[in-house]
Amino acid sequence: MLLALTLLTGVTYPLIVWALGQTLFHERANGSLVVVDGHLRGSRLVGQAFDDARWFWGRPSATSPACNGALSGGSNLGPTNPALAVVVRARVAMLLSARHPATSIPVDLVTASGSGLDPHISPAAARFQVDRVAAARGLDPGRVRALVEEHVEPPSLGFLGEARVNVLELNLLLEALR
Amino acid sequence: MTPLGWLQIVVVMTLLVLLGKPLGEFMARVYSGERTALDRVLGPVERGIYAVAGLRERGETDWRRYARAFVLFHLVGTLALYLLQRAQGLLWLDPDGLGTVSPDSSFNTAISFATNTNWQGYAGEATMSQLTQMLGLGVQNFASAASGMAVLAALARGFARRTSGTIGNFWVDLVRSTLYVLLPLSVLLALALLTQGVVQDFDAKAQVELLDPIVAADGTRTATQEIALGPVASQVAIKQLGTNGGGYYNSNSAHPIENPTPISNLFECFAILILGVAVCFTFGAMVRDRRQGIALLAAMFLLFLPALAVTYWAESSAPAALAQAHVDVLANEGQCGGNMEGKEVRFGIAASALWAAETTAASNGSVNSMHDSYTPIGGLVPMVLMQLGEVVFGGAGSGLYGMLLFAIVAVFLAGLMVGRTPEYLGKKIGIFEMKMASLAILVPCAVVLLGTAVAVVLPAGRSSLLNPGAHGFSEVLYAFSSAGNNNGSAFAGLNANTPFYNVALGLAMLAARFLVALPALAIAGALARKKLVPAGSGTLPTHGPLFIVLLCATVLLVGALTYLPALALGPIVEQLQMADG
Repeated sequence: MLLALTLLTGVTYPLIVWALGQTLFHERANGSLVVVDGHLRGSRLVGQAFDDARWFWGRPSATSPACNGALSGGSNLGPTNPALAVVVRARVAMLLSARHPATSIPVDLVTASGSGLDPHISPAAARFQVDRVAAARGLDPGRVRALVEEHVEPPSLGFLGEARVNVLELNLLLEALR
Repeated sequence: MTPLGWLQIVVVMTLLVLLGKPLGEFMARVYSGERTALDRVLGPVERGIYAVAGLRERGETDWRRYARAFVLFHLVGTLALYLLQRAQGLLWLDPDGLGTVSPDSSFNTAISFATNTNWQGYAGEATMSQLTQMLGLGVQNFASAASGMAVLAALARGFARRTSGTIGNFWVDLVRSTLYVLLPLSVLLALALLTQGVVQDFDAKAQVELLDPIVAADGTRTATQEIALGPVASQVAIKQLGTNGGGYYNSNSAHPIENPTPISNLFECFAILILGVAVCFTFGAMVRDRRQGIALLAAMFLLFLPALAVTYWAESSAPAALAQAHVDVLANEGQCGGNMEGKEVRFGIAASALWAAETTAASNGSVNSMHDSYTPIGGLVPMVLMQLGEVVFGGAGSGLYGMLLFAIVAVFLAGLMVGRTPEYLGKKIGIFEMKMASLAILVPCAVVLLGTAVAVVLPAGRSSLLNPGAHGFSEVLYAFSSAGNNNGSAFAGLNANTPFYNVALGLAMLAARFLVALPALAIAGALARKKLVPAGSGTLPTHGPLFIVLLCATVLLVGALTYLPALALGPIVEQLQMADG
């Protein structure tokens, strides 16, 4: 019986889904990969780590190295763990030392995501970084701000999830802006 | 908390009730052996399976033979999954060369998936080959859900029949659950997930050239990102529908390839509870009194909705560690704010809290945010939902048969109050049924409390903690609550991939599965033999508000009496410490 069910649910079923996925949604079923000039530069779905002032930065990642696509995970630090307060304080200090406005820092920029691969930041977190990115690239801040506003995705269907900005897509567009 | 957040929650709940009813009634036809719309396509497949499996006896059996088949099927499944993990390094479809899984981890995972717990002591993408994911874990995702649904069908027959010696045929119920219910739903859900970007391929990891190479503090430079791929969509679809919850990836459905968008999140949230809701309608149809099923469902919603509201409220405010100077933690038009540690931006607070409550109410155990980083009260609710015995929706089939055991205790309590022999659905509840129901309710409680006590006393148990203080105790309590009720979610800071936890939690999962399912089958057998007693003026109607409240009170009372002291040492003391600063 186990053998019969294995043939059905362990072989036939995944192969049916595979065949449907590869024919109907080829690009998505293979990881929504982004290829630029023949080079694989990432997946639209998977966050990458950005440190240089010329890029928009994504969410902090608790994986090692940051945004490890082969071993995902969160920090799992509890709310009363002193270590959590310490890392958040360090992230605040780091963000304040870069050329950012004196306004408050959106909370998603100082907290590690659940997967360590979060591809998005909140619209507030993207706006927060506009001046720094524009200065580092010698671009007009107004142009960079407009780029951000164009790429704010509203909640899906108007009410599901949250508004967000895909950091990799934004950075690829930024690179094309010159 | 925002209006849009509440709207999402209301939409999911409405969809569940609207679609749960037709699905549940369809399932009742499947278990009664009646003709269904799918017969023309799936009938030949069903007969083919019986032929391949060499199943000649398709007649009904008594509860003992039914239970023997249930145990035998689990035993063979566990053994096969163990051997597959131990041998995966030698087999095909291991494009990333992950090699063989350790003996204790294989032991734990084999039990975990066969018992519908899907506790994950390992990191999926770094441990299990694509072959093991499909032939091993995927198959048990179907099999463990289908066998839980089979037991429920047997128990429903026990209530529906009078003076009958048989309660059904396990193999037939198993195959029909898989073929007519789980498989069609999984294909539909997998397709829906594919539209959102969940992958389904057999490639090795994608090698990405990073735009901005990472230079670590010690000077090591990382210029590539490896992205693990595989047959994910098929696996995720059944893990949600079958209340399994074992993720393809380590971070489960927080991973952007398992759950890429808020729309995929909606599909998955719906899938987690749909069978738990539908089986209530199935039960009502099978006992030929639909009001009975609706009453059980109402009790589940009555327990679930307040729990969900508390989690949502608790996570909407950030703990002091995040609410530092210069940090904006409040919701506004540019961000959702709140406790974002361990959560994803695309889901925010509402969709994360909804998932956390659903996955622990159902014995699903998948996560889309890291429960270990929840606020003390936000983490207490999922823990309590598991400790109530996984009867608020609960596992596929297993949730409702657990709830029916509580219903038996509830009518017994009502009987005690007025001095009458208790009845439920026209069957007199006797000493044997009460003994079995009590056993099934008390075993998970004992497993959770004893397991936690042993773990915090032994150095091998304490050395796995990530967080200090009360939160560390919560990690252990959560682990045993999860394993001891076949849930599978975790406060994942606890390093459970050690020989101690692999063995201890493995044994807890076995006890929670068999010492609940077997008493339920024994009750089914005993009830099927009984005569029907006509309802009199002294009979407590079990479809009205009085019974619904009594049932909820029974569930809460057993849970509170058992777990309050333990909870006081964990999340409650942590909340007090936090409030104190």
